[in-house]
Amino acid sequence: MERILFGDNQFFGINHSSDEKARNQTIRFQENEAIMDVLDIAIDEGINTFMCTTHDRIGAICNTIRNDEKYKNFNIYPCMPYAHKYSNAVTELGYVGTIKQFVPGNIFSTFAKGGMAFMKKDFNELARLMIDAEMKMFNGIKTPVIWIQNIITDLLLGLGMTDFLVTYYNHIKEKHQAEPGFITMNLPLLLDTLEKAGIENPIVCASINKIGFRMPGGIKKYEEVIAQKRCRLVAMQVLAAGSVPPKEAFDYVCSLEGVESILFGASSRKNIRQSKSIIDSHSVLA
Amino acid sequence: MMRAGIIGLGKMGISHCAILGAHPNVNLVTVCDNSSLVIEAFKKHTNFQCYTDFKKMIAEMNLDCIVIASPTKFHTEMVHFALDNSLHVFCEKPFALNAKDAEILADKAEQKKLVNQVGYHNRFLGTFLELKMLLEMNVLGDLYHFSGESYGPVVLKEKGGTWRSQKGQGGGCLYDYASHTIDLIHFVLGKPVKVAGTQLKNIFSKDVEDAVYSNLTLSNGLTGQLSVNWSDDTHRKMNTQITVLGKKGKIIADVTEVKIFLKEENKLFDLKKGWTIKCLTELTNNVDYYLRGEEYSSQIDHFIKCIDNSQTTNNSSFRSASYTDQLISKLIIDNK
Repeated sequence: MERILFGDNQFFGINHSSDEKARNQTIRFQENEAIMDVLDIAIDEGINTFMCTTHDRIGAICNTIRNDEKYKNFNIYPCMPYAHKYSNAVTELGYVGTIKQFVPGNIFSTFAKGGMAFMKKDFNELARLMIDAEMKMFNGIKTPVIWIQNIITDLLLGLGMTDFLVTYYNHIKEKHQAEPGFITMNLPLLLDTLEKAGIENPIVCASINKIGFRMPGGIKKYEEVIAQKRCRLVAMQVLAAGSVPPKEAFDYVCSLEGVESILFGASSRKNIRQSKSIIDSHSVLA
Repeated sequence: MMRAGIIGLGKMGISHCAILGAHPNVNLVTVCDNSSLVIEAFKKHTNFQCYTDFKKMIAEMNLDCIVIASPTKFHTEMVHFALDNSLHVFCEKPFALNAKDAEILADKAEQKKLVNQVGYHNRFLGTFLELKMLLEMNVLGDLYHFSGESYGPVVLKEKGGTWRSQKGQGGGCLYDYASHTIDLIHFVLGKPVKVAGTQLKNIFSKDVEDAVYSNLTLSNGLTGQLSVNWSDDTHRKMNTQITVLGKKGKIIADVTEVKIFLKEENKLFDLKKGWTIKCLTELTNNVDYYLRGEEYSSQIDHFIKCIDNSQTTNNSSFRSASYTDQLISKLIIDNK
């Protein structure tokens, strides 16, 4: 993985510090060209990996990237699923209705009348079908790491459904020939759980910031676990939703030896350049 | 370790299940749902004892407490049964379809000294707690108006076939969305007692309302407005905001920040003349397990702590939830 990964929250009105800022971003990025413009700036500044959720609009971004020679060295790290899509569908349509809507070709026709019985017999196969459906939009694009979103990772952790995490891990490796990554808000618990299930040194992305925001169990516990180097770690929420100034924020995360990559999103050349140069300055020293 | 069970494995039930499953002081032993698809998945992939009959589950599993997250129309019967079996009860919102039932359940839980809580998670959110504290400290002086708003993208076209789209089952924007807003107004400002000029609007749904607009009067005399719409695509997810206006200024609070405008500096609370913005990051304490917002873990923590400390005063009790149910009834009558 590259040292810097470029995130996508800013494009989709996701802002953990202000709903108002989120709305302004939604307005600014309502045309896909506006997203491409910022991606081009990021590439121009030397960032070649875009980590993004499987939002419908990413499909259009993929179409642009797929057909243009200038993106041939550009990587996308998909993060699946875009949870609100499913969550709203469950409220409106129920579980079966949601599966009908999102599994391609519709599982009920794919497996003829045995759809329901099939689902009950093999939930792992259903999970694999849903992963494949989410991956469709990335056909023909380099996706060397494929992530499962924290809401799903952490839900499965809490439920004790570790076997689905293993299914995901194996399916990404075997079918999609990529490295599986786990996004989590519960880093210590995830590592303990995956190791018990026989998954060693996984790729993991977790909140890591100077003020301990969204680091359950506390910053001390996190620092201990990070220092043990039990995973290939990507730090996210480094700025803690804007509460830590960039220099301080990146200085902190760059000082942690167990952190391999840093994820951040930005909308302007100035901010992209500033963040990258702070991170690079540490890498030179190292 | 206390033994816990869950009835109802819809979205909220599964979320509670994960939070309880990861809780250090709880042994979640059993789940119950009448969907064969869901219960089959739990049978195959978890260690919980799985039931489709909640009475059988409660009779057999020797529980200390239970989380009820079934469709609203089942709450009354299930909560009665759980209380009769001396279980501490956490029930999802809205509490009961019939406000009278809600009151009877609150009486019963209080008489039996059982911990009772309803899942109004906004009561555990850092920003709204800050708003409540600032208002209690009279930072805005005499209040003259409030507005409580919730918007989100749930029903965006004309279709839908779950219990939420059927009349009389606790679906609809009023029960699902507006109950949160009403409860939050009660929590931070005071108990709403009167309604006027209510409009329940169908936008896409045939049998239930998609938007709720009304004027509320609180028991302390303050008046304000309620505006809730779950067919609003301009929001990515449910967005709740409370705005309070007083003689000394104004506060706007939502799930991410508290924006305070004061005409004069307030030294005691370190608030400037003009705007002060406080973000969730500075108003939130870490939880032991994070799933989807600290408030979801915090409300369950609170429920468990109330049981551990055998204290029965709860921050989101059946009693307070019964007032929300009463107000919902008033809104329905006022709309007619």
